[in-house]
Amino acid sequence: MTNLQKKSRWLIEHFKKEWQIYVLLAPAMIWFFTFLYTPMYGLQIAFKDYSIFKGIAGSPWIGFEHFQTLFENDDFIRAIKNTAILSAYNLLFAFPAPIILALMFNEILKEWYKKGAQTIVYLPHFISTVILAGIVITAFSPSAGIVNTVLGWFGVDPVYFLSKPEWFRPIFIGAGIWQEAGFASIVFLAAIAGVNPSLYESAAVDGASRWQMMWKITIPSILPTILIMLIIRIGNLLEVSFELVILLYQPATYVTADVVNTFIYRQGIQSGQYDLAAAAGLFNAVVAFILVMTANTISKRYSRTSLW
Amino acid sequence: MSNMNLYSRGDKFFVRINMVLVGLFTLATLYPFIYIAAVSLSSGMAARSGVVVLTPVETTLAAYQTILVQSEFWISYLNTFIYTIGGTIMSLLIVIPGAYALSRPQLLGRKYWNLIVAFTMWFNAGMIPFWLNMRDLGLLDSYWGIIIGFAVNAFNIILLRNFFESIPSSFEEAARMDGANEFQILWKVFIPLSKPAIATITLFCVVARWNGFFWAMILLQDEDKVPLQVFLRKTIAELSDDHEFSASLLTSAFSAETVNAAIIVCSIIPVLLFYPFIQKYFNKGILLGGVKE
Repeated sequence: MTNLQKKSRWLIEHFKKEWQIYVLLAPAMIWFFTFLYTPMYGLQIAFKDYSIFKGIAGSPWIGFEHFQTLFENDDFIRAIKNTAILSAYNLLFAFPAPIILALMFNEILKEWYKKGAQTIVYLPHFISTVILAGIVITAFSPSAGIVNTVLGWFGVDPVYFLSKPEWFRPIFIGAGIWQEAGFASIVFLAAIAGVNPSLYESAAVDGASRWQMMWKITIPSILPTILIMLIIRIGNLLEVSFELVILLYQPATYVTADVVNTFIYRQGIQSGQYDLAAAAGLFNAVVAFILVMTANTISKRYSRTSLW
Repeated sequence: MSNMNLYSRGDKFFVRINMVLVGLFTLATLYPFIYIAAVSLSSGMAARSGVVVLTPVETTLAAYQTILVQSEFWISYLNTFIYTIGGTIMSLLIVIPGAYALSRPQLLGRKYWNLIVAFTMWFNAGMIPFWLNMRDLGLLDSYWGIIIGFAVNAFNIILLRNFFESIPSSFEEAARMDGANEFQILWKVFIPLSKPAIATITLFCVVARWNGFFWAMILLQDEDKVPLQVFLRKTIAELSDDHEFSASLLTSAFSAETVNAAIIVCSIIPVLLFYPFIQKYFNKGILLGGVKE
């Protein structure tokens, strides 16, 4: 019996015995191929002059023409710039917020106070982006919103914040922190709970203050978790929750608010330029892929913490 | 650390300042909810003139009465239930068996199957190819598009697979001795032992489907099929765009703002009712479980 025959016999035996796990695996794999890998095949339209009638395979190749068009388009350049700026603000303000919050929760000694506060700050995570936007629109409304009401007490004239490009970024980042900082702190609280209590005990014996313990024990102990979350964040950098952008922006604020994904949405879904929009999406995906790989490599090298 | 004594005055000061700051952040989180509820119960006049701060002014249910008579509101509410329940069941039917198979050591090419799943976390084709694919599959304007098209994500599968892998094999050995097959072992051994992990991914699915907006907006054109979030967005946009409409309401019992706020309240209520039941699953480190591959 040849090697090949042996191997195929072994395979047949294996499938006879273990066919059930392949049956269990099949739906998931079929799903991944149908809904996530087939679109990857469809990505080729980024290099084609796509027409609905000719289909994905039948449309003619045109090379990098769409990418050239994109990079000559001021709106696309602006979208990249806005995405980068919003992402930077996110990293700067929205990323540290849950870490700080978790450290603060950890320093609360009254259990009921901590539980109560946590119950409330986790809640916004569970409301939809549409509601979040609805709250923002109501609160910042020029005629009726609470923000202008309060400003009015100080004699400031009403401002239509959502039509002012300079206000888009602070409002967007602030709304994001309001919604997610609380819930995102759970991961860091779990990490803090895992810190060896004897470290605190011996520090207390040495007369360390709580402030010192936080800096010398708690923060270094949760650093691996912070790094992991940072990698995930960097991998998703370009994803700036564009649902919220779509809901909050208006032509008057495109100049600061239009991001790559909203650009893709308008060009692709609304104007039907599928090939051009797919090219913009491919650019986005490749940059994201490079970002997450780089972040992971760096993290692996310096801390032996990595995602995979 | 909570049981430790406070040693110095500095510590006491630090702890108190910290309590105040956490309290302020908590109030800032809570306030928008109170404000929206107050606006929804105020008269249109009061809301328009910006005197509502904390409690309803000229209390009225007019805004609620305008919404609750709209059939679109109820249809979209029903649709949201269909998408949430259908989508979650579909998700569990695919994710649980898939995660189980991926956790089995005897699965041939296990490393590659896992890679197929994990790769989708790092790279995806993007909005347009996904949309074209849904169109080619005939899933535009269909309940099935929302229910199946978003059923699975890599994070949930990996989270559950890791949980299955952490279950000691001694649990399944007894069942195997009795001649149980893989389906029975999954059903009778692994699923009962994995309740917290399954509850967590169920929670993720429910929240994602209940709140899902963008894809519902672009995949569904038929007004009888849109979920609550799309209806909400449409109403909010119409109310804030249509200045003439708003102006005509200046003197009436409700205004764009109060109707807006009332719709928001109506769609938050189920979340608030559900919230106490899901809360006990938060504090488990499980949220991180999917992260470490």
